Amino acid sequence: MSRPVLEVRDLKKIYGTGEATVHALRGVSLTVQRGDYAAIMGSSGSGKSTLMNILGALDIPSSGTYHLDGVDVSRLSDAQLALARNRLIGFIFQSFNLIPRTSAVANVELPLAYAGVKPKERRRRAMAALDVVGLADRAGHEPNQLSGGQQQRVAVARALVTEPALLLADEPTGNLDSKSTDDVLQVFDDLSTAGRTIVIITHEDEVGARAKRLIRLVDGSIVSDVRQSPLDRPPVGAAAAAAAMARNHGRAAVYSGGRHSQ
Amino acid sequence: MSLFEVIRFALRGLSANKLRSALTMLGILIGVAAVILLVAVGNGSAKAISDRIEALGTNTITVMSTGRGGSSSTSLTKEMADALVDPELAPAVKSVSPVVSASSATMTYEGSDHSVSSFVGTTPAWFAASSTPVGTGSAFTEDDVDQGRRVVVIGQTVAEELFPGIDPIDKQVTVGGALFTIVGVLQEKSSTGQQDSNDTAVAPLTAVQQVLTGYGALSSIIVEAADPDDVDAAQDQVATILDQKLAVADSSSSTPYRIQNASSLLETQTETADTFTTLLGAVAAISLLVGGIGITNIMLVTVTERTREIGIRKALGAPRRVILTQFLIEASLLSVMGGALGVAAALIGSQFEIVGVKPVIVPSSIGYAVGVSIAIGLFFGGLPAARAARLRPIDALRYE
Repeated sequence: MSRPVLEVRDLKKIYGTGEATVHALRGVSLTVQRGDYAAIMGSSGSGKSTLMNILGALDIPSSGTYHLDGVDVSRLSDAQLALARNRLIGFIFQSFNLIPRTSAVANVELPLAYAGVKPKERRRRAMAALDVVGLADRAGHEPNQLSGGQQQRVAVARALVTEPALLLADEPTGNLDSKSTDDVLQVFDDLSTAGRTIVIITHEDEVGARAKRLIRLVDGSIVSDVRQSPLDRPPVGAAAAAAAMARNHGRAAVYSGGRHSQ
Repeated sequence: MSLFEVIRFALRGLSANKLRSALTMLGILIGVAAVILLVAVGNGSAKAISDRIEALGTNTITVMSTGRGGSSSTSLTKEMADALVDPELAPAVKSVSPVVSASSATMTYEGSDHSVSSFVGTTPAWFAASSTPVGTGSAFTEDDVDQGRRVVVIGQTVAEELFPGIDPIDKQVTVGGALFTIVGVLQEKSSTGQQDSNDTAVAPLTAVQQVLTGYGALSSIIVEAADPDDVDAAQDQVATILDQKLAVADSSSSTPYRIQNASSLLETQTETADTFTTLLGAVAAISLLVGGIGITNIMLVTVTERTREIGIRKALGAPRRVILTQFLIEASLLSVMGGALGVAAALIGSQFEIVGVKPVIVPSSIGYAVGVSIAIGLFFGGLPAARAARLRPIDALRYE
């Protein structure tokens, strides 16, 4: 295997000082290989959002190292960080975070604009990305003219348009109904099949079940890390996920029993 | 990322809040228009004053007596006026017009009367020296002065008051109990301030002295220099002759007469007008500053309101420089567009008379006002823009 896309060692994040100190992350170590599709699950307050922000280079850890595609992110300057966010990471947010009053295709073009791609080339790649998420016919629509699921698919298109090394999704289906959730997850399955590296944060079992790898976070530490399907194969998909869900429920006793090795 | 695209982002940002952008621009518009227009008004009134002074004739000097009460030793007399016409001692003097004036004389014609605000007795040279040409009819002659004929040339206002719709030439009017024959009407003259300079009548010196003022001192002597460049020389020569006539000691610092020179008058007036213009400009500059603070205020609101958007842009990899430029350009566009509209408004406004003054645009004031408005945009927009650029993406994204 080539160098990992993502490698964190003993990551800690501490908020506040003195008695108000909160240990959001208590030494997380994690390696994600190219082509992997990992889901990080945890309840509210488990530190998964903090981890996500650090992985997305939006926040800096209190201690620990973070290598993204071989680059030590903690040593980057502000301008280099902007470049890393632009080139190496595609970020997908729970609340979509599309720029309002701006057409879908313009939203998708935005990272390319910051990367300095020429307008014509930009338009072509943005349309291609919208095509991947099945929204090429909605290119001219503004966010408020799109449904939640469609907005999130535009956001996915925006995340993958720069061909980043890593797609990071923070609760991508948290604000969506089940139909839209299926649409978006199908897009993730397709992307994973196409060889993309995806890290997704969720608290929905249904979402976690479709990933190739399931990481559980409790109180700022990783408590389990399960390989659900082989790294070099397409993800199991919706049907298999349903089956996996049933199996997981059957093994609920194992989970509640404590740690679960890979 | 090209500048053109940053400008497009900025334009989109501005058009998202059209009313707000328009009101902010209005602040700058008013400031810029006020600066240009008020300076133009100041300049226009200065120009109007200098035009009037020039209308009096820049190559004339006016000698007036400073002595009050008419002590014969200090008053100006007809003899002194005659003495000034001296090709030897005063070669720069072209003509001399002694003037007596009755401050108010009532002119009656067939039952209607009119109080003439300035009734002047003088010699024919006065018409040329004071730049008051005769419109219709003719001026009186030297002979009329010598004979003391009661003829009069009246101003436009007098003609309109006493002779509405009638040709006043050769009509007879009564002034101070004496009959005067109207021989001419003066050309219309631009008025100086409150006083209507067309409300005047000009008659031979001797006739006015006989009828109205008596054979006392002259009110003033108007001396016309041969050439506008000779005004100073003429003034010196006139002073020398008068000093002799009035027996003023060389060491004496004060003279019983005062020589007023149109160009020195012009200088004083110009200085006053400049002070006035500066004052108006300063008041207007304050309103421009207020407009600038309006920009800061609106940009701060915009940055706060769009904190999330800034966070998204940063998460998508927008470098600090691009964010800074975008907001700076938004602020600058507000001020530049406001400034341009302000210039347009000022140019339109300057077509109209403002408080009786025709504004005259000073080209440098346009450059100054627009320059300041751009500087204000950059300066006052810089603070909020820097704030936006400094935001950490995670803080910006969490902002609700």
